[in-house]
Amino acid sequence: MSHAAAFPTTPGAPAGPRGGIAVAARATGLSKVYGQGDTRVTALDAVSVEFRRAEFTAIMGPSGSGKSTLMHCMAGLDTISSGSTRIGDTELGSLNDKSLTRLRRDKIGFVFQAFNLLPTLTALENITLPMDIAGRKPDPAWLDMVVSTVGLSGRLSHRPSQLSGGQQQRVAVARALTAKPEIIFADEPTGNLDSRSGAELLGFLRESVQALQQTIVMVTHDPVAASYADRVVFLADGRIVDEMREPTADAVLDRMKAFDAKGRTS
Amino acid sequence: MFRTALRNLLAHKTRLMMTALAVLLGTAFVSGTLIFSDSVGSAFRNKMSRSLDDVAVSVTEGGGRPGTGKDKPEKLGDRAVETVRALPGVASVRPSVEGVAMIADKHNNPTGGEWGSAGVNYAPGKDGKDSRYPLVKGRAPAAEGEIALDERTAGKTGAKIGGTVRMAVDGPVLEKKLVGIVRTDNPRVSAGGSLAVFDTATAQKLFGKPGEFSELVVSATPGTDKDKLTAEVRKALPATFEAQSGAKLAAEQSKMIDEQTRSIRTTFLVFAGISLFVGVFIIANTFTMLIAQRTREIALLRAVGASRRQVVRSVLAEAGLLGLIASALGLGLGLGVAVLLPELLNANGAHLPDGPLVIKAPAVLSALAVGVVVTVLAAWLPSRKAARIAPVEALSSGDQPPAPRSLVVRNCIGAVLTALGVASLLYTTTFRDRSGLTYAMAGSALTLTGVIVLAPLLSRPFVRLFGKLTARFSGVSGKLAKENALRNPRRTAATASALMIGLTLITGLTVSAVSANEGVGRMGKQDLTADYQVKSSSYLGLAPEVGKKLAAQPGIAAAVPLRMSGFQSDGQPSLAVATDPSSIAKVTYLRVTSGSLADVRGTGAVAVSESYAKKHGLKTGSTLPMEFYDGKRAAPKVVAVHADNDVLGDVLTAPALVDPHQEKVRDDSVLVKAEPGEAAGLREKIKDAFGGNPIIKVESPEDLRRAESGNIDPILNLAYGLLGMAVVIAVLGVVNTLAMSVFERTREIGMLRAIGLARREVKRMVRLESVMIAMFGAVLGVGTGIFVAWAGGHLLRSSFPQYEMVVPWARIAVFLLLALAVGVLAAVWPARRAAKLNMLESIGAQ
Repeated sequence: MSHAAAFPTTPGAPAGPRGGIAVAARATGLSKVYGQGDTRVTALDAVSVEFRRAEFTAIMGPSGSGKSTLMHCMAGLDTISSGSTRIGDTELGSLNDKSLTRLRRDKIGFVFQAFNLLPTLTALENITLPMDIAGRKPDPAWLDMVVSTVGLSGRLSHRPSQLSGGQQQRVAVARALTAKPEIIFADEPTGNLDSRSGAELLGFLRESVQALQQTIVMVTHDPVAASYADRVVFLADGRIVDEMREPTADAVLDRMKAFDAKGRTS
Repeated sequence: MFRTALRNLLAHKTRLMMTALAVLLGTAFVSGTLIFSDSVGSAFRNKMSRSLDDVAVSVTEGGGRPGTGKDKPEKLGDRAVETVRALPGVASVRPSVEGVAMIADKHNNPTGGEWGSAGVNYAPGKDGKDSRYPLVKGRAPAAEGEIALDERTAGKTGAKIGGTVRMAVDGPVLEKKLVGIVRTDNPRVSAGGSLAVFDTATAQKLFGKPGEFSELVVSATPGTDKDKLTAEVRKALPATFEAQSGAKLAAEQSKMIDEQTRSIRTTFLVFAGISLFVGVFIIANTFTMLIAQRTREIALLRAVGASRRQVVRSVLAEAGLLGLIASALGLGLGLGVAVLLPELLNANGAHLPDGPLVIKAPAVLSALAVGVVVTVLAAWLPSRKAARIAPVEALSSGDQPPAPRSLVVRNCIGAVLTALGVASLLYTTTFRDRSGLTYAMAGSALTLTGVIVLAPLLSRPFVRLFGKLTARFSGVSGKLAKENALRNPRRTAATASALMIGLTLITGLTVSAVSANEGVGRMGKQDLTADYQVKSSSYLGLAPEVGKKLAAQPGIAAAVPLRMSGFQSDGQPSLAVATDPSSIAKVTYLRVTSGSLADVRGTGAVAVSESYAKKHGLKTGSTLPMEFYDGKRAAPKVVAVHADNDVLGDVLTAPALVDPHQEKVRDDSVLVKAEPGEAAGLREKIKDAFGGNPIIKVESPEDLRRAESGNIDPILNLAYGLLGMAVVIAVLGVVNTLAMSVFERTREIGMLRAIGLARREVKRMVRLESVMIAMFGAVLGVGTGIFVAWAGGHLLRSSFPQYEMVVPWARIAVFLLLALAVGVLAAVWPARRAAKLNMLESIGAQ
């Protein structure tokens, strides 16, 4: 991977890729079961999936398909019932809460659907928050680059309440990028935005994959959002049912319609 | 709308818990106090009425009434007894003699203390028994050498029936044979005193009134009109005697008890009021937060047609319900307080009579009313805020908190109030007497209120400064804590204010008390150069023989008796000290500014202090008009003026001038100077010389200073205890604010955890915010308290020139450390809750 070398990993991160293709995160036979007996619900059923470096993956599926659960389990926000998950070379199952917290801090970036920012901190302080938590100083050149990439240069001293919804989500993206994580998980990042701001934000995500060599996994139910990704993974009933490379909105929509039809007939 | 209120109350049970607890504690304090004082009052009354049961009429000499003619008034003696006994309707007359009899315990100290050592006569009725002092063991005293004691006193002396009891009245130690143990309802004894019973003749002799009684207790035959009998007794006896009906005595005593219990009750209620006032802040804070959290709900209610008034009413109904439930529970706790309080007080030396718990309707109703009214009043401002919520807010995303309202108006009001208060207090400092008290009170209240109103403004620089410190040492959690404390200055300020009120009062009291204490210490016999002061443990003083005996002891260079006698000069009461002017210089440092002390001799000469001379316009050579309390006058010459001296006071005379005007010549104290090298061990030698007499008290100057300055600590400790309740409620307020803040910030905390803030750091963030709030309250309180104490101290200067403000920094440091501990403690539960939050649920929470 030629571009992997140009993308410096964070200190203490596992040494580069093994084998031919660098994998940022991997799930093997991942199952997640809620409840017991009659109330037992299988949210994820032996899912195996890989997310490659510097690739933008969208996870799609109808409501209740397990797409958010998959993201939460892979990001160390939720525990798993069986199987294994890895971020880089680190096996999450073996980590306690403290190490998981540190892993999230150092190797994972998050963008949530809403309420990403602390209202008391300025945009800049929000962006550098993970570094502050870790007690590290951000690299000023990298910070500048990230900030200008997401187009926030003039707004750094603003508080979240002085920013629009789109700007707030861009601050969240900048925060995720600044710490140079192994992988960024985005959970419906455009869910609360109007279509123009949403398109803008997706553009920035796309840009950060291409220009900054970032790995991004995005959960969405919007075919247009999914079309920005390099690859779309389709989930239904806790299983991966399909995969699409170089998706277009129409192709994704057609695929989704097929799910719906199947869901209605079955 | 009432149903909405009830639903809301039930839905927010845990969030209202702290508020309910604050109201509960306040009402428990109120109801506990009221029930306690009702119970104690009725127990006292029962006891009194039992001891007055058989009293129809009481006859006394009529204290202090000057003789009408030239003849001395008749003594209350056997003749009066016979006269009364002969009246129709009189069943019996009990002639009683009362005085002071100090009984020595095993260490030769008085068992009953200075005021409680009662000595009485055994006055047997027709059956040969004295119904007032029923014998428990042994027999009644019948001869001069015999004594009976109450059970507790006998236990303290260690004597058994047939053994020897050592006692004294105001003279030498006497040994009596213990012949009996009696039971008594005597209130002095049940209040911790001792009771000694003698036969009538011995009692009269001991108390210096041979053939004379202190009181005739007349009981009536059944069916006699007691008021009529009283009138007849009055008619039959000389006019100098005083005859009162038993009913009137009972009424007077009952009034006295009421006054006493009322003063305890008022004190406790003042502190209960402070606690409730502190509670107001917590209640107001809680409702403000609940309404902020419920903005969309309320907007929805408004959108579907609820009027503003209905919204206000719904909030107030919720507050009223909360207040009612909390005060009902508080009433239960108050009952417990009323049960435990007498035991607690008794364990600390109070001797409250036993009695059933008396629960009167006013106590119950007022406790409930206070709880409900305070809660509703505190929720009133927040309810207005709720009414201002526009229906359209139901539709807003609600993601962003509303922009904080401007503090400009509040700051202006606060600045004006504080300025008025400070100005008033500064004006107070120009007074040199108590006439400035009104300004001091008003100034303190205004300053306190002003600072509370200004607290949001003041919180910003404080939190910023403190935040710099925490950010430096605790990194990002310190920084986040600072931002959280700054986020809502009103909330931070209201929480801190609750703590501030308690600390202002505690600091103010401490500074004043410690300063006064030091002043008293300075005042306490500064000029004393004697090695010991010998005094009586009773208020009767010492017989002149004590001084003579001391002077004759080996190892004693000088024994100077001081004899106090009151007189009036130009209508103003003064105190003269009669002593031996020639040896006075050996026991006190006395600087004579004019004349010579040697001339203070006989009946025609006095020496006065400089300040007395100035006040009365005297100088050497002028005449001091004196009017003694026996009605006689004298006009001695001022032969010397000396510098003010706190041992001798204002007017120094020779005994010859004052002795003829005393009923009984007694020395107040004898100052003893030891021969060089003999001071050590002299105390024991003096005690031994008087045969371990319980009335002889030997104290060194250090003892005196310690005793005088020790007076303030118990009062201060009581005040700490009572103000502690206000502080506890304030701590509940901090817990409350933090818990509700954690609830409000659920999503933030979830997000912080997701991006890598460890549980430990979440906890630290909450804890630091708590510490900031607590420290802010403490610093404000300590500052205000010191300022108020400084200004108020000026009022004491006139009557207490030694007063100088002393700031007990060590204690203040302890207060601040306690506030720190309070901050850490208050955060324990909210911090744990914050750290335990489930990340995924938190992020998704609305």
